[in-house]
Amino acid sequence: MSTTTASTLKPAPLMVGAIRAQQLDHAINRPLESFPTYRWWIAFSITGAFATLFLYCFVYTVLTGIGSWGNNNPVGWGFAITNFVFWIGIGHAGTLISAILFLLRQRWRTGIARFAEAMTIFAVICALQFPLIHTGRPWLAWYWLLPLPNANNIWVNFRSPLMWDVFAVSTYGLVSLMFWYTGLLPDLATARDRAKNGYRKLVYGLLSLGWNGSNRSWRHYEKAYLLFAGLSTPLVVSVHSVVSFDFAVSVLPGWHSTIFPPYFVAGAIFSGFAMVATLIIILRKMFHLEHIITREHLDLMNRIIIVTSLMVGYSYAVELFISWYSGQIYERFVVLNRMLGPYAWAYWTMFSCNVLVPQLLWFKKIRRSPLLMYPVVILVNVGMWFERFVIVVSSLHRDYLPANWDYFRPTWIDVGLFVGSLGLFLTLVLLFCRFLPAIALAETKALLPGSQPSGGHHE
Amino acid sequence: MSDVSDGKQQVGMVGLFEDPDALIRAAQRVRDAGYRKWDCHTPYPVHGLDQAMGLRESPVAYICLTAGFIGVGAALLMQWWMDAIDFPIRIGGKPLFSWPAFVPITFELFVLFAALATMASILILGRLGKWHSPLHDSGVMADVTSHRFAVVLSDSDAAYTAEHATQLLSGAGCQDIRPLYENEDEGGII
Repeated sequence: MSTTTASTLKPAPLMVGAIRAQQLDHAINRPLESFPTYRWWIAFSITGAFATLFLYCFVYTVLTGIGSWGNNNPVGWGFAITNFVFWIGIGHAGTLISAILFLLRQRWRTGIARFAEAMTIFAVICALQFPLIHTGRPWLAWYWLLPLPNANNIWVNFRSPLMWDVFAVSTYGLVSLMFWYTGLLPDLATARDRAKNGYRKLVYGLLSLGWNGSNRSWRHYEKAYLLFAGLSTPLVVSVHSVVSFDFAVSVLPGWHSTIFPPYFVAGAIFSGFAMVATLIIILRKMFHLEHIITREHLDLMNRIIIVTSLMVGYSYAVELFISWYSGQIYERFVVLNRMLGPYAWAYWTMFSCNVLVPQLLWFKKIRRSPLLMYPVVILVNVGMWFERFVIVVSSLHRDYLPANWDYFRPTWIDVGLFVGSLGLFLTLVLLFCRFLPAIALAETKALLPGSQPSGGHHE
Repeated sequence: MSDVSDGKQQVGMVGLFEDPDALIRAAQRVRDAGYRKWDCHTPYPVHGLDQAMGLRESPVAYICLTAGFIGVGAALLMQWWMDAIDFPIRIGGKPLFSWPAFVPITFELFVLFAALATMASILILGRLGKWHSPLHDSGVMADVTSHRFAVVLSDSDAAYTAEHATQLLSGAGCQDIRPLYENEDEGGII
C-alpha cells in the first residue's frame, strides 16, 4: 500500500506492545519496592562523593571567603553566576515538558514528564546555591534578598534586575514544586496501597495526603493541573527572561542587548532537553523501562534539541551582525575579542558544541539510537555551560578601559563547586528514582488503549 | 448504621467495575436514582464521568484568577509603599513610583499567589488531608488506585437502603458488590 498523508502523520505508538494497568504499576513501582541494584549503588557512591566535594568547597568558601575563588576585579561574577544560569537553564526543560507540551496535548510527554519535573526542582536547588554563596555571607542573605524588615531600616531596591531575579527564581522553584507534588499525589497513593511494610505504608500514606481516587477530587485536581500548566508556561518564559535582564539591563557591551530574553529562553530549553536526554537514557537502562520510555521518545526529544540548536545558532549570528551593524567600537570589540581574544577557545567550544554537533541529529539513525546520540547530548551540555561562561567572563574581563583588563582563572574551589554541584544534582536524581515513582503512573494509565470510555453516546 | 460487629460498621455499599464504560453507565443510573452522597473512585481521571455523575464544573479556575489579582495588588502595594513612601530613594532621576520597573515582580507575584491558591483548592475542595477512609477498611482501596473502578453508595444518603443499593448496582451490570465497612476511628493516621 502506498503511503498516504494520513499514515505518514499518524504518530507512532508510545508504548511497546500491549500493556495493562497492573503491569504498569509493577514496572514503575519496581525500583521503589526492590533493594537497589549494584549499578545504582555504584552510581550513588560516585555522585555522593562529588556531592561531598560540593559540601566541602561550600564550607571552605564560607570559612575562607570568596577570595578563595578566581574572581578578580573586572570579573566579579566568574563561575558562580555562570553556574547559576547554567542550572536554571537545565530546569527549564522540565517545565517545558510538563506544562507547555501538556497544553499542546503532546501525549508523548507523559513518559518523561515526572522525571523532567523532578530534574527542574533539583536544578533549581543547585542554582540557588551559587548566588547565595556568592553573597559571601549566605546566613545574612535572607534580608539582602527578600523585602523583610531589618535592623538597617532600609528596603531592597525593586528597580534592580537582581531583585527581579530573586522573585522570579523563588516563584519558579515553589510553583515547580507544587506542580510536581500535585502530579505525584495519585501515584503516591498507589505506592501506599502496594506497600507491604508498615513504615512504607505510613510514609507513602502520609505523603499521598489520603488520596483515594474519588472523582469528586479528580474533577478539581484535573482543573488545577491544567491551571498549573497554564501558569507555568508564562512563568518559565519570564524566569529566563529575568535572568537575562541581569545582563541586558546593565551597560556592558556584549550584555546590553534586546535579543537576550529570547536567546536565553531558547538556550535554556536546548540545554534542558540535552540534560533530560542524558539522564533518561541511563534511567531507562538502569530500571528496565525501555518499553515505556521508547526510542520514539528519544527521537522526539532530539527533534526539539535540533530546533532549539538552530535558534541558538541564529542568536549567535544576530549578535555578530548587530555588533557590526551598530557601528559601536565597544560592541564590535567584544565580539572580536570573544572570537579571537584570550577566551577564543571557550567561544569556539561553545560554537561547535551548540551549533555544529547537534546537526548530526538530522540523521534518523542517530536520533533513534541511545548509543549514538549520547555523545551529542553530552557535548550540548558542555557547550551550553561554555555559552554562559563566554557571556559572563568575556564581557567582563575587558570592558571600556584597557587599564581595567584582566584574565580570569578559576581556582580548584571554583571547579570543585561546579563539579560538586553536578554530583549534588545527580545524587538527588538517584534518590528520586529510588524512592518516588519516576514515571507518571496515573497519567500513563489514562493513555492505555481501552482506558477511556469508548465514546458511546452517554447522555 | 447497621451490623455492628468487632468494631466494624457497615456504612454503605460498594460496587467494583472492570471497565470505564460500565462505570459510566452505573454512574448515570445512580445519578438518575436521585442519590446525593455517593462517589466514584478511579485509578486515573475518566473522561465524561463528571457529566455522568452530574457534577458541576470545578470552581478552581475562578479561585486561581482571583488570587492572581490579589497577588498583583499586593506586589504593587508593597513596591509602592517600600520604595516611594517608607524609604523613598531617588534612582536615576526616575519617579519614585516607577511602575515599568515594578512589572516583573508584579507578574511573578501574580503567578505565585495564583499557584498557591490552586494548590490550596486541591487540598480543600478535593478533601485531601483526610487519611482515614472506609475504602481502606473494606479492602478496596488497593483496587481503585491500581486498575478497577468503584461506585460507592453511602448509607447517610436519604435514598439509600441496602436492598435498593444492591439492586441498583447489579442492575448496572456490577459483578462484584460488597458491603462498605468503616472501622472505628482509633485516631491512627492511616
